[in-house]
Amino acid sequence: MNQSPLISLNGITKSFSNGTVALRDMAMDVQQGEFVSLLGPSGCGKSTALRIIAGLAPATTGTVSWGDTSDSSVADSSHDVSFVFQEPTLMPWATVFGNVFLPLKLKGQSKAAAREAVMEALALVGLEQFENSYPRELSGGMKMRVSIARALVTRPRLLLMDEPFAALDEITRFKLNNDLLELWQRFNWTVIFVTHSVFESVYLSNRIVVMAARPGRVVDDMAVDAPYPRDESFRTSDIYSQHCREVSAALHKAMDSYQPGTAA
Amino acid sequence: MSQINTQSGAAIANDAVLIDPVEVARARAKRRDRVLQWLLPLIIFAIAIFLWDQLCVWNEIPSYILPRPGLVWNTLVTDWGLLSFSLLNTLKITFLSLALAIGGGVGLAVLFTVSRRVEMSLFPFAIILQVTPIVAVFPLINIYVDDQTAKLLLCAWIVAFFPILSNTTLGLNSVDHNLRDLYRLYGASRWQTLWHLQLPAAMPFFLGGLKIAGGLALIGAVVAEFVAGAAGQSSGLASRIIEAGYRLNAPRLFAALLLISVTGILIFFATSLISHLILRKWHESALKREI
Repeated sequence: MNQSPLISLNGITKSFSNGTVALRDMAMDVQQGEFVSLLGPSGCGKSTALRIIAGLAPATTGTVSWGDTSDSSVADSSHDVSFVFQEPTLMPWATVFGNVFLPLKLKGQSKAAAREAVMEALALVGLEQFENSYPRELSGGMKMRVSIARALVTRPRLLLMDEPFAALDEITRFKLNNDLLELWQRFNWTVIFVTHSVFESVYLSNRIVVMAARPGRVVDDMAVDAPYPRDESFRTSDIYSQHCREVSAALHKAMDSYQPGTAA
Repeated sequence: MSQINTQSGAAIANDAVLIDPVEVARARAKRRDRVLQWLLPLIIFAIAIFLWDQLCVWNEIPSYILPRPGLVWNTLVTDWGLLSFSLLNTLKITFLSLALAIGGGVGLAVLFTVSRRVEMSLFPFAIILQVTPIVAVFPLINIYVDDQTAKLLLCAWIVAFFPILSNTTLGLNSVDHNLRDLYRLYGASRWQTLWHLQLPAAMPFFLGGLKIAGGLALIGAVVAEFVAGAAGQSSGLASRIIEAGYRLNAPRLFAALLLISVTGILIFFATSLISHLILRKWHESALKREI
């Protein structure tokens, strides 16, 4: 635990020109290999935090520092960040292969050179037979797998996921939860996972950062000290339900502490 | 009573998939509709031609007022040399102006997305050009442009380019914002974003514009010629119509009209076919759905 964090946020504040404070004074360290969930109601700035970490939006004040370098403008692809959105966000005109190939294509790789990496990423999500299919031929869960394969193909150091399974049915979501955990363990990634589901965050993460809205801020930072690998039996275990209760309580406390007038 | 019950149906399903009567009826209706879609317009067309012919006979309408369909066809055959020459001229103007409209429309649309300020500056003028009736502008073009072909081309281009410009601009700006973020995240250059993301995303919009522009290019070519009163080497079908009108040569007038009409129909089918071929693999508009 005494290694330097992979990424640390220091006093991140984001306010918009209309006076909304989306995020106030957020501080968070993420260690290499952690699975961190940002949990909170809508409007708590969890997606904003993710976009700032990805470098897709600048912070108004504060810095995002990376373990090796310190750089507040993270829009630098050398940090090897991948992003999975709530929607699969696939290009409908491109095949599954073309969609997964995209990050490598933008980096200037040829199709032939990237083929191995793309097929490997597709194999990881179990879609290697669908390389020539178009997104519209796939189910919602399969599209999300393609989206994940696209995020994996660059072998990112940090995987950012913005409610990636929120639009899926529960059976598919559980399946993808398990697949994600398996991949995470296998490759020792670092994941920051935005969700508004207490159950999902407890099931997946080894750490949950609870956030509150108006203004968006961190109110609690809880460890989920249940061992991996976790499987369906974990969902019915006592330790799981105990954690769910604790996280729910923290979340409710956060929502009760809503103070009108602090948003100015 | 019908044997098709959920229980027995499931039991027999091993041998052959049982289909309920509603689905059977639906499938039959679908097949029937596919035939009727072609058959009905053909029947109506045949009846209309027949009535037209009989109307001429019953009322003893002279052929310089309303020629019988057979006479129009004969004129088309006997005057084919003259008419085909004019048809080629009209086609030349139509397709050249359409090509220029595609080049100009897409080029301007790309310029607009590259620079918002260029769009703010120029788009109002594109609208002015579009809403001012071309017939009213043409006398000016007639004064300033000497070359007959250039005159007609300019006229047809003005009419045809706007749908391509406005549709393509809309398409280039309709890219999914998450996909845009994704491209940014992976450090895509502006060129890469344009080529790999914006242009493919704009394709359905562009093709919609192309369908409209194809018809408008023909209209532009014919209208321009009407106003310009072209003669000699560059005379197209519009000149044939005017000329035939003056000479009370109604059969030839109808024959020329028929050619313009058929040209328009073929352009429509061609652009629809192009659109279908490009979009059939991925776009919602080309999807066939079960149920």
